[in-house]
Amino acid sequence: MQRHLISAADLTRDDAVLILDTAEEMARVADRPIKKLPTLRGRTIVNLFFEDSTRTRISFEAAEKRLSADVINFSAKGSSVSKGESLKDTAQTLEAMGVDAVVIRHGASGAPYRLATSGWIDAAVINAGDGTHQHPTQALLDAFTMRRRLIGRDAGLGQDLAGKRITLVGDVLHSRVARSNVDLLHTLGAEVTLVAPPTLVPVGVEQWPCEVSYDLDSTLPKSDAVMMLRVQRERMNAAFFPTEREYSRRYGLDGERMARMPEHAIVMHPGPMVRGMEITAEVADSDRCTVVEQVANGVSIRMAVLYLLLGGNEPAVSHARTAEEK
Amino acid sequence: MSKTLIRGAKVLGGAPQDVLIDGQTIAEVGTGLSAEGAEVVEAGGKVLLPGLVDLHTHLREPGREDSETVLTGTRAAASGGYTAVFAMANTFPVADTAGVVEQVYRLGQQHGYCDVQPIGAVTIGLEGRKLAELGAMHESAAGVTVFSDDGKCVDDAVIMRRALEYVKAFGGVVAQHAQEPRLTEGAQMNEGVVSAELGLGGWPAVAEESIIARDVLLAEHVGSRVHICHLSTAGSVEIVRWAKSRGIQVTAEVTPHHLLLTDELVRSYDPVYKVNPPLRTERDVLALREALADGTIDIVATDHAPHPHEDKDCEWAAAAMGMVGLETALSVVQETMVETGLLDWAQVAERMSTKPAEIGRATGHGRPVSAGEPANLTLVDTAYRGAVDPAGFASRSRNTPYEGRELPGRVTHTWLRGKATLVDGKLT
Repeated sequence: MQRHLISAADLTRDDAVLILDTAEEMARVADRPIKKLPTLRGRTIVNLFFEDSTRTRISFEAAEKRLSADVINFSAKGSSVSKGESLKDTAQTLEAMGVDAVVIRHGASGAPYRLATSGWIDAAVINAGDGTHQHPTQALLDAFTMRRRLIGRDAGLGQDLAGKRITLVGDVLHSRVARSNVDLLHTLGAEVTLVAPPTLVPVGVEQWPCEVSYDLDSTLPKSDAVMMLRVQRERMNAAFFPTEREYSRRYGLDGERMARMPEHAIVMHPGPMVRGMEITAEVADSDRCTVVEQVANGVSIRMAVLYLLLGGNEPAVSHARTAEEK
Repeated sequence: MSKTLIRGAKVLGGAPQDVLIDGQTIAEVGTGLSAEGAEVVEAGGKVLLPGLVDLHTHLREPGREDSETVLTGTRAAASGGYTAVFAMANTFPVADTAGVVEQVYRLGQQHGYCDVQPIGAVTIGLEGRKLAELGAMHESAAGVTVFSDDGKCVDDAVIMRRALEYVKAFGGVVAQHAQEPRLTEGAQMNEGVVSAELGLGGWPAVAEESIIARDVLLAEHVGSRVHICHLSTAGSVEIVRWAKSRGIQVTAEVTPHHLLLTDELVRSYDPVYKVNPPLRTERDVLALREALADGTIDIVATDHAPHPHEDKDCEWAAAAMGMVGLETALSVVQETMVETGLLDWAQVAERMSTKPAEIGRATGHGRPVSAGEPANLTLVDTAYRGAVDPAGFASRSRNTPYEGRELPGRVTHTWLRGKATLVDGKLT
């Protein structure tokens, strides 16, 4: 494992499988009455959020607290950042307070990479989403969810996603989730297809390790998992598509379309969902939809990442047992 | 008046000769010239060129003296071998009146390191709506002949047409920053494979090419000359080549960085590589070199764009666009054009001195190295090779993409009308 987690593309297959397996161990902690490990006791982690994202922030916070880390939440709103303080000064100020790791969410693509590589700070940097670039823990929790559902909780241990057919549908152009997923799923051996109107696929996509299709209906029967990406309504004002109605008709997932998927196939969504736009309520609330599981899995994945980046060399589970014995 | 004898210099890269400067002019060029009464500079096989002329410099004064001033900028120019620079109009206030251009012009004269020829804004406040008083700027002491809204594109076709027509009355030229604004909203880097991966807003080649295509057709229609700033794509080269073949009066410039660097460097997210127009692909770089060699692109211009450290020491999206270039331009041209065999030194002189002086009507610059001509000269140690160290720059800013990169060539002496502004690599 590297010292930072900036991009899903930085992970080898073995790194990724190790994180998924470790997350399974962490998930068992969540099943206990006392959901806490002492692993990161005395370590300080700051959640540095320059963009609002309540769900990602509380997911990291829950993971940090379950590992007994001291947690500082920093939101750029109402702070010195809104008065013009630079990313560098903010990061250095936090590090001066003795921070071991920085979990950063930033609207500018590459901000976590800059933080990790510019010599501004020494702390480990974990990317919690940067602009339209990457969101590696999201891709990891998605892969974790797929492995559990498509292979099995125990059967999946040590396994990758070789041969699984994954379809991502929606606004690929503006999506860090799509970029992270394409990278990670490819590393894990899955076959990825992106489905979107041509306006929402970036120029240069031909170099990505995936297929691109403009036709959802022909792709659905060949999918083991279909991940719907959020489409912001404002996009239609910039002529990416004509109307919400036309988008839903061509690229939205409703009950009828879901029926075309193989029986074992699952529906995923990174949230927040725009019901009625990319996904109907019928699909979102069905048993095949894993949205709520993804949220739970997010905590396990983030615990695994923090543990592997910061926890040192001792195995997590023996720690856990010691904690219980005490 | 003082005399200087430059002994054994390869004039335009040719056989070693002696050049005698008497006062402000070249008195004699030949072999075995007498050193009597003259200070001698032993050239020892260095290459002697006419003083370089930069048609595209940002000196930042007035308004952004924290990044550059006319003094620091012209010292940087002298260090890089330049004897004349054209100062872009995007200052604060904008150089859109006779008052501002005269101020900049006088500061250049006063400091004496390099002639400063102000460029006037095409439109008031660079806003693209109303023509600035182009005639007044031409008639001012600054004698403006080049007009540009550089930094912004004159995107309104009617305004561009009128500007092209209007400046014909006094032999002016409009230098277009070709960037279709709607196609480049939120643009952060070249649109292509790398931008798709990095998630940075794309600046598509077509945004440059569509404006160039329109403007060469406008120039043809109204019979005016048009100059294209910092041409950066292979497609733009094709359009300019076609326009020249039709006899349209178009000239074009390329920056040193577009001859050397590609958008692959943006993978570092280091804003030192953030520039407008953006770094393009290897294919574009090769097309630009070829076009500069065959004359489709007329000149090299630096687009020297100083920025304070804090404007680059940040995340990519927040960073300013631009690179300093005056002190590394000749080295980059040697690396990309001379050492690749695409140009010889006489051709470099043409593209970095003669032609830019012609396009901008900079009288006394870009002249042959021969008796009777103004002694604007640059001596280059072409055998030198070394790493770029921004700490040694004369510019107030350090935003160079070449820090630590080994480049060939070093300007050791510069003379402005016979007066040495740079001696043994040190400013006078």
